[in-house]
Amino acid sequence: MIAAPRKAACVEIGGIPIALSTCDEGFLDLLRRRYDGFLSSSRPQFELEFDLTSTELASDGDVRVRREGGEWLLQRGDFRARWDPRSGRGSVRQDANPYSLDSVLRIVHSLILAERGGFLLHSASAICDGRAYLFSGVSGAGKTTMTRLAPADITLLTDEISYVRPNDARPNDVCPSSDPQNAHGYHAFGTPFSGELAKAGENCAAPIAALFFLEQGPENRVDELPSADAVRRLMRNILFFAEDKGLVDKLFATACDFVARVPIRRLTFYPDSRVWDEIRNFHGVPEHA
Amino acid sequence: MPENCIYVARSSAIAARALAGEMMVMNSADSTFFTLNEVATAIFQAADGRTPLREIVRDRVCEQFDVDPEQAQADAEQFVTELSSHGILLVSHQPLASETPR
Repeated sequence: MIAAPRKAACVEIGGIPIALSTCDEGFLDLLRRRYDGFLSSSRPQFELEFDLTSTELASDGDVRVRREGGEWLLQRGDFRARWDPRSGRGSVRQDANPYSLDSVLRIVHSLILAERGGFLLHSASAICDGRAYLFSGVSGAGKTTMTRLAPADITLLTDEISYVRPNDARPNDVCPSSDPQNAHGYHAFGTPFSGELAKAGENCAAPIAALFFLEQGPENRVDELPSADAVRRLMRNILFFAEDKGLVDKLFATACDFVARVPIRRLTFYPDSRVWDEIRNFHGVPEHA
Repeated sequence: MPENCIYVARSSAIAARALAGEMMVMNSADSTFFTLNEVATAIFQAADGRTPLREIVRDRVCEQFDVDPEQAQADAEQFVTELSSHGILLVSHQPLASETPR
């Protein structure tokens, strides 16, 4: 019996190209459409092989990510995957469900990023005047509202999951920072992972000018946050699933470094477009260095 | 527990970072998060498992901060008891091997 040939699409998110390969033409077509805008001709740094089950799997249950030997084992009701960080290869067993695909890809990126001093953040992000702004907060705080209120010249990176990497970890700078103060800061990248807006972000990047934790109120106001509060809120909103002390420690160190280098504020906003004037005029510096 | 026999050591289950003059400590097992003030940070950093708590309070707290020695000792005991209940510090009547580098 001859195995069906595998075909691959290279999906590059956050400057990290990953080949997603499958024998199923229909699934290949699905992932090409889903990650349109993030397809890349770069040489893949990593590879994920997808094997599809014919039966539909339920996406109930919590995700578990744990080490087994030198590999990561990723499990939820709707998928089971292995990821070998040394070889940069992994395999995924799931049905042809795009949400399972998104979840696996997010987890793999979160593992790669944690080793490189970056993270995925539950936040909206957008580029305004060449600088990226991140908007995080509890569910209902206004992440999607902020993106809906954005003027036409704002570039949406995501309304749901922001991709954050330190500048010095980027060998091929997509959008180099002209601001010397940001030389040791962080970049935000667009992602295809969307929330309520149901719209993928733009595939571009910019140096992060600020992270705002959102609250809605009667007027627009920017307030400082104590460093401990900033770290606590940041840790609470970082997407990370691995049960691994070493990686959690690394993530904590990254969160502290991010707080020391990036201005983090509480943004109370009245939900109309004037809040973007407040953001345009914000030129804060890190309070916590 | 006789107060001069208390030894404290930092747990291996924690991550700690100083930021803007504050020590932030996280228990990696359950991601609980603590912020230590200056006095608590001095005790935390000196918790090597070999130095009795009374000595730490005398040399690291009373020497550096304007505090009443008896009150400082009582506060320190309360502090280490609380942090040990969260798995941040280990407390014993015997010397302990410190689980984390200083």
